[in-house]
Amino acid sequence: MTHTTSTLQLPEAPALLGTKGWILFLAAFITVCAVVPVLNLWVPADSVFHMSDYAVALVGKVMCYAICALAIDLIWGYTGILSLGHGLFFALGGYVMGMYLMRQIGTDGNYKSNLPDFMVFLDWKTLPWHWTFSDSFLATLLMIVLVPGVLAFVFGYFAFRSRIKGVYFSIITQAMTFAAMLLFFRNETGFGGNNGFTDFKRILDLPIATPAMRMTLFVLTGWALLMSYLFARWLVQSKFGRVLQAIRDAESRVMFSGYSPLPYKLTIWVISAVMCGIAGALYVPQVGIINPSEMSPANSIEMAVWAAVGGRASLIGPIVGAFLVNGMKSWLTVTAPEFWLYFLGALFIGVTLYMPQGVVGLMQKLSAKTKAEERV
Amino acid sequence: MTCFSISTRMPKLQQRSAACRDFVVRVTCGLAIALLGQSSALALTAEQTRALTLGDTDARVTALQKALASPDAPTAAFLQAMADDAVKVNGTQVLVVRDGKATDPVSGDATTLPDTAEDVINNNRMRGEIDAALSALQLLSPDAALRVQAAKSVLKEPDPTKLAMLEKAVASETNEGVKKQMLLARAAILLNSNDADERFASAKTLADSQTPDTQLLLNQRLSQEEDKKVRAQLQTSLLTIQAALSWGEKLGALFTGISLGSILLLVALGLAITYGLMGVINMAHGELMMIGAYATYVVQGLFRQYLPGMFDAYLLVAVPASFLAAALVGAVLERLVLRHLYGRPLETLLATWGISLVLMQGVRSIFGAQNVGVENPSWMSGGVQLLANLSLPYNRLIIIGFAVFVLVGMTLLISKTRLGLFVRGVTQNRPMASALGVNTARIDTYAFSLGCGIAGLAGCALSQIGNVGPDLGQNYIVDAFMVVVLGGVGQLAGTVYAAMGLGLMNKLLEGVAGAVLAKIAVLVFIIVFIQKRPQGIFAMKGRSAEA
Repeated sequence: MTHTTSTLQLPEAPALLGTKGWILFLAAFITVCAVVPVLNLWVPADSVFHMSDYAVALVGKVMCYAICALAIDLIWGYTGILSLGHGLFFALGGYVMGMYLMRQIGTDGNYKSNLPDFMVFLDWKTLPWHWTFSDSFLATLLMIVLVPGVLAFVFGYFAFRSRIKGVYFSIITQAMTFAAMLLFFRNETGFGGNNGFTDFKRILDLPIATPAMRMTLFVLTGWALLMSYLFARWLVQSKFGRVLQAIRDAESRVMFSGYSPLPYKLTIWVISAVMCGIAGALYVPQVGIINPSEMSPANSIEMAVWAAVGGRASLIGPIVGAFLVNGMKSWLTVTAPEFWLYFLGALFIGVTLYMPQGVVGLMQKLSAKTKAEERV
Repeated sequence: MTCFSISTRMPKLQQRSAACRDFVVRVTCGLAIALLGQSSALALTAEQTRALTLGDTDARVTALQKALASPDAPTAAFLQAMADDAVKVNGTQVLVVRDGKATDPVSGDATTLPDTAEDVINNNRMRGEIDAALSALQLLSPDAALRVQAAKSVLKEPDPTKLAMLEKAVASETNEGVKKQMLLARAAILLNSNDADERFASAKTLADSQTPDTQLLLNQRLSQEEDKKVRAQLQTSLLTIQAALSWGEKLGALFTGISLGSILLLVALGLAITYGLMGVINMAHGELMMIGAYATYVVQGLFRQYLPGMFDAYLLVAVPASFLAAALVGAVLERLVLRHLYGRPLETLLATWGISLVLMQGVRSIFGAQNVGVENPSWMSGGVQLLANLSLPYNRLIIIGFAVFVLVGMTLLISKTRLGLFVRGVTQNRPMASALGVNTARIDTYAFSLGCGIAGLAGCALSQIGNVGPDLGQNYIVDAFMVVVLGGVGQLAGTVYAAMGLGLMNKLLEGVAGAVLAKIAVLVFIIVFIQKRPQGIFAMKGRSAEA
């Protein structure tokens, strides 16, 4: 690669976050680590400031989604590759975590057996091979990264090497997710078939349903989201990130400049998949269930919509989008369930037609306008 | 075994509609007349009716089997009455009560219905036995088709208690074809006889009946057989049957493959225009198919309401109606949304996905979230029986024909008409076409609604073979894209090859690996194939060439 021998003086890398950015980041950090736990655990339930368990679970869940949206933004917003398969990576991370949680149930299941209930039900006598290390937490942590990572690497290597891009790439990622969903629906694959995993009891030998454990998971998810944000920010501001954006805007020019896009695309693709896997692993213990419907093509497309609604190529946009869309979803599915799909559909159409830069882009446009008016 | 399999069918029997029951009564009456001519020496006695209705189930079943050994018309009518829950007892007096009028089952005379009369309770086992007895009684029906059917059902579940009746039926049978069926049924019963010679003869006879049922019977016997001679004959017969069946299986797999391929073709043809020619990633394609299917449902409802006499013709109206409904929605969508997104394929993907959600929810709001029932017209039911284990259903054959018809129509439209010329011109070089005076905006609308209309036709076809519900489109959208991508965007011939190839591959693999694994294998194959030939079977041309 030419950049190693380049004599060009590169401009100094921009600061990771500005002063205002760091203040906001710190505020978010304090909210996650201190404000929410205090409001949930120590403020009495009848107070106006009390945060219900439901609200905590909801925010925790949406923070997992926000990590996915961030991952989608890296690959779609910054590299120009729309993946319709991130639901699969999310679900794989979730399944790895789910396997560990199933093993943690031990003999407390309905059948009082060492095997997970669904295996007893299928009359299996031993654990299938791919469950071997699922009783070790360390191995689980490793697999959460490795399973989505390796799959993404293999798939991405072949796809990017043969220069599949654009719509083709989107469609075959969708096919991949669809195939995986069919596979996980099968009982004999050993992932609980239709029902997936549920009825978790313990994590790290501690009961999973206590308020303290719930809060721990919440805080961990919050950290994961904030760290993902910082990491993504660092990534896109680095030289690596700038090559990605160059690939997005004019891949052939990047190639003519002597860069091979393959390692860049592959790296960001794997990073993005791993982020989704981690989000899935954090999601499962908080929600208490994982099943193959998480891999349905619709889920992956919805992830892309979070990013699009918030604003692509802005990092903060996808997070805002995930909160906005999912907030609306949980509100609408309670108040007017039949209205939700109309709303989501209109959102897809409206955002693509009228807000190509998403909410964040709209805000920037508005603030630029007011500034311009002030100057006049 | 027999008892179990029949009793599982019982709830269905209880739900039989009045019309269906009328039919059964009529058949039994005909049967009664036929039986009267054959045997007058034996008749239903009051004692028999008591044995059939009173006491514990075991005793009643024994009485039933005894009655079957010498069946006559009043017995058949009485059994039918029992099956219809039309029998009451008053002390030791047994009465048949239909439409509030009581008759004596032995004499057939009208009697008064005492207030103290109680219903005869038939438990599931008893019901099963009565049902089996009635179906066996059809061996003596005047209708040859019913006799064949009865003989076939005996062959499927050979029951020694039916042997006496079968012998009687064989003795009086004059129709050679029916007699052959009956002899096969008799052989099926005698296959488990205690006499080795009889077993040998049966095994030999059964070689003529080349059905999977017979194969199963012979295999079962083979696992228990100890006599060497009989064993040898069983094996010979099995080999004969296997040889005959394997052909049917091969052709059957080929046919279902072509049938699936033709459905995939119908599903993908519309996409070949919207995606292939125009470069629009229409994720709402499945929902436009759904609209076509619902249009068919509506037309069917209108016919049922206003033209019940011409119900069978509804499909002829439904075909253009489904095309127009979907094309109209397509035209509106193109004008309102897609127009603004040409040349931005990923954005069309998102916007049309949104459209699909709205359409799906719209159908849910109007028609409900449940599947709706679309009935085949009567000329589509049934099929051609080619081999013992190979029958081609008419609805599948008609859909294959319909796919060919749509394909030819579309090809002609694109290659021979003025509209087709304009569409090709606009997709190949928009500014040039525009400069030559083509109204490109209007051609876009036409082309898009044409693609959508063809999706509607696909939906109309699908309504004849599968469920019609709000999720209809979602089940086909991935398949549809796979076909177009594999075939090569913008190439009709590629779409045809890809649809047929995928259909055949899917069905042939299904025989080896099961339905889901076959589907996964096909998807993996496509992914690998796209690696090797990113442009599909044929290279793409048209507006999306640079996408």
